Amino acid sequence: MKTIVTALRLLLVLTLLTGVIYPLMVTGIAKTCFAKQAEGSLIRCQGVIIGSELIAQSFTNEACFWPRPSSADFATVPSGASNQGPTNRDLKRAIGERAARYRDAQVPADLLLASGSGLDPHISPEAARFQMSRVTRARRLTPGQQRRLESLVEQSIEPPQLGILGEPRVNVLKLNLALDSL
Amino acid sequence: MNARDGLQLAMYTGALMALTPWLGGHILRAANGERHLLSRFLLPVERLIYRTAGVAPDEEMRWTQYALSVVWFNGMGLVLLLVLQMLQEYLPLNPQGLPSPSWHLALNTAVSFATNTNWQAYSGEATMSYLTQSLGFTVQNFLSAATGVAVLLALTRGLVRRSTRTLGNFWADLVRTTLHLFLPLSVLLAVVLVSQGVVQNLSPSAEATTLEHAHQVIPLGPAASQIAIKQLGTNGGGFFGTNSAHPFENPTPLSNFLEMLAILLIPSALCSTYGHMVGSRRQGWAIWTVMMLLFLAGLGLALWAEHQPNPALGGLPNLEGKETRFGIANSVLWATATTGASNGSVNAMHDSFSPLGGLVPLVNILLGEVVFGGVGAGLYGMLMFVVLTVFMAGLLVGRTPEYLGKKVEAREVRLAMIAVLAPCAIVLVSAAAAAVVPAGTGSLNNAGPHGLSEILYAFASMTNNNGSAFGGLHAATPFYDLVGALCMLLGRFAVIVPVLALAGGMASKKVSPASTGTLRTDGGLFMILLVGVVIIVGALTFLPVLTLGPVIEHLLMLQGRVF
Repeated sequence: MKTIVTALRLLLVLTLLTGVIYPLMVTGIAKTCFAKQAEGSLIRCQGVIIGSELIAQSFTNEACFWPRPSSADFATVPSGASNQGPTNRDLKRAIGERAARYRDAQVPADLLLASGSGLDPHISPEAARFQMSRVTRARRLTPGQQRRLESLVEQSIEPPQLGILGEPRVNVLKLNLALDSL
Repeated sequence: MNARDGLQLAMYTGALMALTPWLGGHILRAANGERHLLSRFLLPVERLIYRTAGVAPDEEMRWTQYALSVVWFNGMGLVLLLVLQMLQEYLPLNPQGLPSPSWHLALNTAVSFATNTNWQAYSGEATMSYLTQSLGFTVQNFLSAATGVAVLLALTRGLVRRSTRTLGNFWADLVRTTLHLFLPLSVLLAVVLVSQGVVQNLSPSAEATTLEHAHQVIPLGPAASQIAIKQLGTNGGGFFGTNSAHPFENPTPLSNFLEMLAILLIPSALCSTYGHMVGSRRQGWAIWTVMMLLFLAGLGLALWAEHQPNPALGGLPNLEGKETRFGIANSVLWATATTGASNGSVNAMHDSFSPLGGLVPLVNILLGEVVFGGVGAGLYGMLMFVVLTVFMAGLLVGRTPEYLGKKVEAREVRLAMIAVLAPCAIVLVSAAAAAVVPAGTGSLNNAGPHGLSEILYAFASMTNNNGSAFGGLHAATPFYDLVGALCMLLGRFAVIVPVLALAGGMASKKVSPASTGTLRTDGGLFMILLVGVVIIVGALTFLPVLTLGPVIEHLLMLQGRVF
């Protein structure tokens, strides 16, 4: 009986410590030091939230860069992956459909295969370069603007963090926002 | 694989190795109630906790009382978490107005978090309120992890102490581990994660209007505080449904590196703590080396497999289910670490890995997660293999086996066999049952041999308290919720109780001096034997079913077959 009472009392005390004090303390520090990140790295345009720089959004307009496929169709609540295995017939069919959308034989693989979160904000540098011709056509860019687009894409490549970690990548939402400056 | 991949892997193992002795020493001081860097602030808190809870920290416990305390404490945590979920819709801090989950999902989830499994048959952002996540899941993340470390401390004391019947005080072990180890590291990691973009707030979801004028809900919440401990405590339960693949849970390669490091940090450091406690640091490093060898072997195979193009999908690289910022190397490294440990968080979808790339995480789990393993759980699991190895070596040369100067007799071997074989039996029986009943096969997301892998992975993961999944399996059904809950409970306590019983028996033994006939347990020969025993037990038990799942799938994939 003594064990039961002690277990219950200790559970409540530790719940207070790790379930109330700890999260509130982290929230306090986070809001003081990293307010923007703590609130979701939101991007606002004239006071309206247009998205988060970390969360992919759907782009279907030919004049914009497209993100990687999302098996949950960019749903955020809940997020989801295809979880299709390496010998899945449906995955093979989906790849074919995605490739057809680009009307090109050599589509970079990350544009054909869905991300893990379904909200991957990035594409590979190859995938960004690959889409330049479509964006150029759709926007009817002049040769001068086309050169500016090329340098915009190159500038938007984020290198591996600290020079070592992760993969080089391009943030699709930020790149599309920058397109208006062409 | 390119040079930068190699460099990242080297950085990872290097950082792990470098931090192990330092953190191992800190855990030792924390467990013994000695002073350290933060004790000026934390010791008064510790005393306050004891006073409020009515704990006498110096009261010694026998193994039976220790085990009973573990069971009661975790049982009550389980009930509290169940109640919290069932009342979720009536409680505050639920800005999205989420309803309470079904009773069987709530039960499965409560068991899952109380047993350090963190199997999730739900998506956090769509199912659980901020209150449930913080007051329920975050708390159990700390306490189930601290329980694992406490059991390891008790086992180690049992191996070291002479002619006594006691193993220490569970309450003190629990409080000290939580307060001096998990809490400071979690605060530090959480804040760094926020700096990288992990969300931490109590605000309702943000509403955005996208550039194509669609409405987008951006889920928020107190994520960083939960993610820090879910990584450090080998818990693994994500705040968001796609776990650490979600950009709000793991936004940058740096956050990814730190979260991966946090997975193996404490399990690795505990090897060093163990060496200190048994009075021979070499013993700790010997076990660490065995774990590292098994880790690198799995990592190498998985890296090779994931870098092969997939002929069944037109020769594409394996990027399905992987995030651009992490790429293949970091996805494989994470998968190997999270299943070697009993963490179970993911930054890529294991279900979409190549057959052999998915085989490695599966085998890591099936081996009982002794490749560093869960906090505490990995090392006490490995020590059961050590007992078996010592016993087998004793049989080979015809001497009474000894470990750390104590005789290993029939009772110890029997208990170690229970701890090693109970999870194996539970996995095979439950997976076999699920593979033949409609309630089991009806949840599959993939056909062909991959479907069997999905079922096997699910029961391996739940029984061994991992929590990762071949996530296509639709697990939120009464069948998987209830059978799974039973597997998680048995998998946890059918190991903890024999471990503590073994510790109790060992504590009462005398130490006999080493002679020329004693098998050294800190040398190369013993390490080779230990690797052999771990692999042989795993292979004898699981080779047939692995052949029917990932191995056949690999061969059929090479022929370009799809299902």
